[in-house]
Amino acid sequence: MLKPLLFVLAVTAPHFGHPADPATVKAWDMSIAPDGKTLPPGKGSVSEGLAIYTEKCVACHGVNGAGKPADQLTGGIGTLASAAPVKTVSSYWPYATTLFDYIRRAMPLTTPRTLSDHEVYALVAYILSIDGIVKKDAVMDAKSLPKVKMPNRDGFIDAYGATKR
Amino acid sequence: MQSLNRNIKVPRMTKKSAPSRRKFLKTALAGAGAAAAVPLSVKADDYIEPSMTKPGRGFTPYGMPSGHEDVKRLLRPPGNFPGTGGSLSPLESLEGIITPSGLHYERHHNGIPDIDPKTHKFLLHGLVKTPLEFSMADLMRYPRISRIHFVECGGNSGANAGPQPPQLSAGGIHGLVSCSEWTGIELGMLLDEAGVQPEGNWIVAESADAASLSRSVPLKEAHEQGILALYQNGERLRPEQGYPMRLLMPGWEGNLQVKWLHRIKVTNGPTMTKDETSKYSQSLKDGKANQFNFIQPVKSVITRPSGTMTMNGPGYYEISGIAWSGFGKITRVEVSFDGGQTWTDAEMPGPVLSKALTRFRLPWQWDGKPVLLQSRSTDEAGHVQPTRAKWKEPYSNAQFYQYNGIQSWQVGADNTVKNIYA
Repeated sequence: MLKPLLFVLAVTAPHFGHPADPATVKAWDMSIAPDGKTLPPGKGSVSEGLAIYTEKCVACHGVNGAGKPADQLTGGIGTLASAAPVKTVSSYWPYATTLFDYIRRAMPLTTPRTLSDHEVYALVAYILSIDGIVKKDAVMDAKSLPKVKMPNRDGFIDAYGATKR
Repeated sequence: MQSLNRNIKVPRMTKKSAPSRRKFLKTALAGAGAAAAVPLSVKADDYIEPSMTKPGRGFTPYGMPSGHEDVKRLLRPPGNFPGTGGSLSPLESLEGIITPSGLHYERHHNGIPDIDPKTHKFLLHGLVKTPLEFSMADLMRYPRISRIHFVECGGNSGANAGPQPPQLSAGGIHGLVSCSEWTGIELGMLLDEAGVQPEGNWIVAESADAASLSRSVPLKEAHEQGILALYQNGERLRPEQGYPMRLLMPGWEGNLQVKWLHRIKVTNGPTMTKDETSKYSQSLKDGKANQFNFIQPVKSVITRPSGTMTMNGPGYYEISGIAWSGFGKITRVEVSFDGGQTWTDAEMPGPVLSKALTRFRLPWQWDGKPVLLQSRSTDEAGHVQPTRAKWKEPYSNAQFYQYNGIQSWQVGADNTVKNIYA
């Protein structure tokens, strides 16, 4: 009698993925880690950033990033250990690269993914300048942005211990 | 103060005590001497419900709850940005351990996207030998696993961290948790197919929503535990839960179980995205903050009776609630009637599953006097749910993530049930 052949064939792990070409990967990958290696070309100044902020951001984030109705972006430095901590980009965020990554992917809320990389660099420069984290004549680009040291850079404890692995 | 349930007499509906319908009807029709058992004057028609006298309605392609039911998600007041915020599962109205898909809690960061599975693609790249692209049709060919797990927002129950106890229902306070059967593909299988390079030790997962939400997850756990979920409670994921696919990390903070998943990058170290730095990190009193505290801690809440409910006066009640832990199975739930001075083990009739909601029950005879009801859960890793005060100890006033303090319900002689801090 013929036995079904299927039972004697070894089952190999399925491989249904299609190799992605480097151009596709580069176009998709918009994650910016603290090393800034994937930061795009382009640059932006504080003054350029102020102009864009005034046009596209101030309605939600307030004059000088003071907040309301959306998140407060500035102020609060030195308040984290107080009874009324104020957590802002200036006072709390550990990495400036996160600001670029987040603005580029998610802002403005009603029209995400419409800002050019130049505009994102400029907005980052302007927001960081408000509390003097970068100078008023600063220009942000792929080289300068990862070097910015945020005030709360050392304020986080790796509770999971995962970064050590 | 003595625990009130020590002298409970549990009523049992036995065959002997439960009157048969036939006998009941006979007695009622006779209308003789049955005043105590039959409260109202009874006509024969009362025993023929209108639905018994005409054919019912026809069939429908997708069934809905009875029109007599009105159980809904609790929507928070609309803010300035309609697509951001959340809705909560009405825990006080639900039973068992599975949350109906339409009542699963929601937390979105810029609305619910409408994604066409025919055009949706998933990219797996970064520190891998071969970056891979998948269509949904490709993914549907992989072998699947099914698991029952809760998903809980890292901010769930955070209202109880505030200065005043919110006078809300159980769901209004704790409803950013839901439990489903999830079916999908083991993420490790796809990572192996792409071939992770030795220096790869984290992933970053990204959503295809308007926030392009992204979160980092350690590779080891992503490989061991991660599921690309395609189905929820037997049907394809609801749009609110990430249709056509989401990342599931059982027991971990909801925010990193990225919905509408379209990209995973294998990285060296975490990417430090907005939601793992500025949000979902826990501020301590000294101004430092715990980061990457991924696992949802052991918690429980009595859902019946619970906040905003009205008691029916003294008498028999079944206390019922849910317990869960991101660390594994619930091993014990205790109930206190005296604000935590004495505790009684609740029953867990089952199923008791790892990283799933677990139903507990306890019969209770209420004497009508004020009672401070609490529940306290323990998980298989040995974690015991802390009091609110103990939970708050290390944290700054601004911290509300992963709140798991014991919930206290004050049952009043006036039949009210209030949320209090005890």
